[in-house]
Amino acid sequence: MSDTTASQGWFTSLANPTRFLALSGRVLPYLAAAAVITSVIGLYMSFTAPEDYQQGITVRIMFIHVPAAWLAMMCYSVMAVASIGTLVWRHPLADVAAKSALPIGAAFTFLSLLTGSLWGRPMWGTWWVWDARLTSVFVLLLMYLGLMALHKAMDDPARAARPAAVLTLVGFINIPIIKFSVDWWNTLHQPASVIRLDGPTIHASMLYPLLVMAIAYTLIFFTLHFMAMRNEIWRRRVAAMRRQAAQSIGGETRP
Amino acid sequence: MMALLKRDLAIATRSGGAAMLGVLFFLAVVAVIPFGIGPDLNLLSRIGPAILWIGALLASLLGLDRLFQADREDGSLDMLVMQDWFGLVATVFVKSLAHWLATGLPLVLAAPLLGLLMNMTALSTGAVMLTLLAGTPAISFIGAVGAAIAVALPRGGLLVSILVLPLAIPILIFGVSASYAAVTDPDPFLPPFMILSAITLFFAALGPVAAAAALKGASD
Repeated sequence: MSDTTASQGWFTSLANPTRFLALSGRVLPYLAAAAVITSVIGLYMSFTAPEDYQQGITVRIMFIHVPAAWLAMMCYSVMAVASIGTLVWRHPLADVAAKSALPIGAAFTFLSLLTGSLWGRPMWGTWWVWDARLTSVFVLLLMYLGLMALHKAMDDPARAARPAAVLTLVGFINIPIIKFSVDWWNTLHQPASVIRLDGPTIHASMLYPLLVMAIAYTLIFFTLHFMAMRNEIWRRRVAAMRRQAAQSIGGETRP
Repeated sequence: MMALLKRDLAIATRSGGAAMLGVLFFLAVVAVIPFGIGPDLNLLSRIGPAILWIGALLASLLGLDRLFQADREDGSLDMLVMQDWFGLVATVFVKSLAHWLATGLPLVLAAPLLGLLMNMTALSTGAVMLTLLAGTPAISFIGAVGAAIAVALPRGGLLVSILVLPLAIPILIFGVSASYAAVTDPDPFLPPFMILSAITLFFAALGPVAAAAALKGASD
């Protein structure tokens, strides 16, 4: 595979990313505004929610912690779907989506670990325990970081796409393990209390702030993801143009 | 396929001696532990199974980056990738198997000697050998994915370890818990051992397919 064919393939496939750029450019301001508004409402509701009779004020950490953990898993699922797109249809946008979701997902995972640790100190008496839920989320963080290292190690994004997609799909087996770790093993982490068959087991006064925060986090995720995807597309275009320019200069100087 | 197995085994045992290096690394890692935590024989016999497992895990990761790299350097990897899909999957399977026979099996055989150094009982050493025998193939199979992903990189060795270690954590968890369950009385040995075997079979099915997909992706 020579360099020219690669850049030609890249330019012919630009039709679709261009449409994405136009569309996301129009949607993005509204998405960002919605994210900000729901975050403000969600934070207000979180701080006015009643304190837990056992946990006291530390229960408010949950409104930050739980949506972050949900989004960490959702982000990986988005990446897994995008990876299928990369492997099956070789869609260039799918690779961009998977790659630009990486740092966001790593940030959400880190946030959930950090807030969980802050909550665990007063409640469990320890910053960290090696129970199944915590360990599996920690493995998720390691996989995000490993994938980021893989992308860093390869200079050509087109060649990093498929290996990274394979690794993302192999790592997806961790997501059900995270979800069901609290059911399969006896863990210190409490079992699922919102998404369960017989309905949520927490009181409405805490459920609604939690759900609003979850919506806010989701909106924040998509806002950031679209912005990161646009950046990634522009970055690749600049790289392709540079390569083009370097080639044309090389062609002129060489006889 | 038998010819490929024989060829890979011959390469591993003769030139460079990847198999011997793995065992030596295993010995070195385990031998370093008593210096770190002190020569308390009771403590060593208690944590012995875990030490042996961690040493074996690290030693199996050691030669992984060479799994496809040598073939890539002499060009035979392109020939392997050019066959049809099932041929490629079977090839990766055979190569992972050869990697295990060359690096994993010697570790299992070296385990009793190290168990002796760790002051472990015969029963505990036997349990570690059995779980290593059942568990180390999984490391080779899932490691093939990492090796296939990093094949195009000039210095992929460290990256392979970083990518494979998170996926190898379940192997370590159930391997160690099965080894301990054999020694401590109330815990049943069979459930963790069965899960360990299941992980090995699952990775034996998943690893070659994923590695073949990554090799195909890296070559075109």
